[in-house]
Amino acid sequence: MRIGILCSRVRVEEKLLFAAFESLGAAPVRIDERALAAPVGRLVPEVDVLLERSVSTTAGLVAAQIYEAAGVRVTNSAATASVCADKVRTSLALAAADVPQPETIVALGEEAALDAIEYLGYPAVLKPAVGSWGRLLARVNDRDAAEALLEHKSVLGGPGHQVFYVQEYIRKPSRDIRAFVIGDETICAIYRSAPHWVTNTARGGQASNCPVTPEIADLCRRAALAVSGGAGGVLAIDLLEDPARGLLVCEVNHTMEFRNSIDTTGVDIPGRIARYVLESVGVVA
Amino acid sequence: MQAECVECGAVIEVPEDVMQGEILPCADCGVELEVIALEPLALDLAPLEMEDWGE
Repeated sequence: MRIGILCSRVRVEEKLLFAAFESLGAAPVRIDERALAAPVGRLVPEVDVLLERSVSTTAGLVAAQIYEAAGVRVTNSAATASVCADKVRTSLALAAADVPQPETIVALGEEAALDAIEYLGYPAVLKPAVGSWGRLLARVNDRDAAEALLEHKSVLGGPGHQVFYVQEYIRKPSRDIRAFVIGDETICAIYRSAPHWVTNTARGGQASNCPVTPEIADLCRRAALAVSGGAGGVLAIDLLEDPARGLLVCEVNHTMEFRNSIDTTGVDIPGRIARYVLESVGVVA
Repeated sequence: MQAECVECGAVIEVPEDVMQGEILPCADCGVELEVIALEPLALDLAPLEMEDWGE
């Protein structure tokens, strides 16, 4: 069985993943998507199974489709990745599965977006439909800010920024929860705490262990199945604690980072990922 | 193992298990360097973060 890890940028996570595969007796090859030039319909893949870890959402998704078309089993699948990469699609998938999430309105015009923000009330949250690491998130505190933000996005943004993804602001404690799902099992979770309302660890949020309660496990399982067409995968589910409604799913990530969560939780996350990928193709690890 | 920062010339400590594609930060000037070859070891400036980067 030939195993590959698709990544251009070898972060701490990728080094840990290579080591995890090797500790299970596998010897994955690195496939740098920047070197990919695939003849459509005639790609002879150098691997049988591929773990997609591209830092570029776009490149990772394209590569996943190309390798799947050539018969390679890709984790996460292109279908799952395409849902997770797009917050609109994620929200639609969660809604279809009755997974609780913040109230969300998608608007395709500036005036419609302003109406959506006014409807949800201030503060509201404006997010790019495609994006990560807390980039370009905006807490819109009043109408003046809303008008300015929407005008800036309309005038300066590309077509992707004309999709206005508007969410209610959740008055969470100074933290959110990131839970890690392998297959359909929630293997561990962390709190991400920060004085800022954006709590991503990429933005300085501090990680601490979050016990996986039955409620967290059940909600994350449902979210993972919702975005993956029931298949499950290697996913990170971000949860918000709403004072009135309890846990809400904020987003689902398909190439999650985990360097801050291994020692924090005591769970060998890269080891679990490697084992899952190997077991997915029938390799007894 | 050591290498030189292509931006500021500082000495970079390179781990023994370094991999091609690995990102090494320069402690002196703060740039991110990408290992573009192992034998011989070669570093270049890593690509700047793009809008669709993330997890």
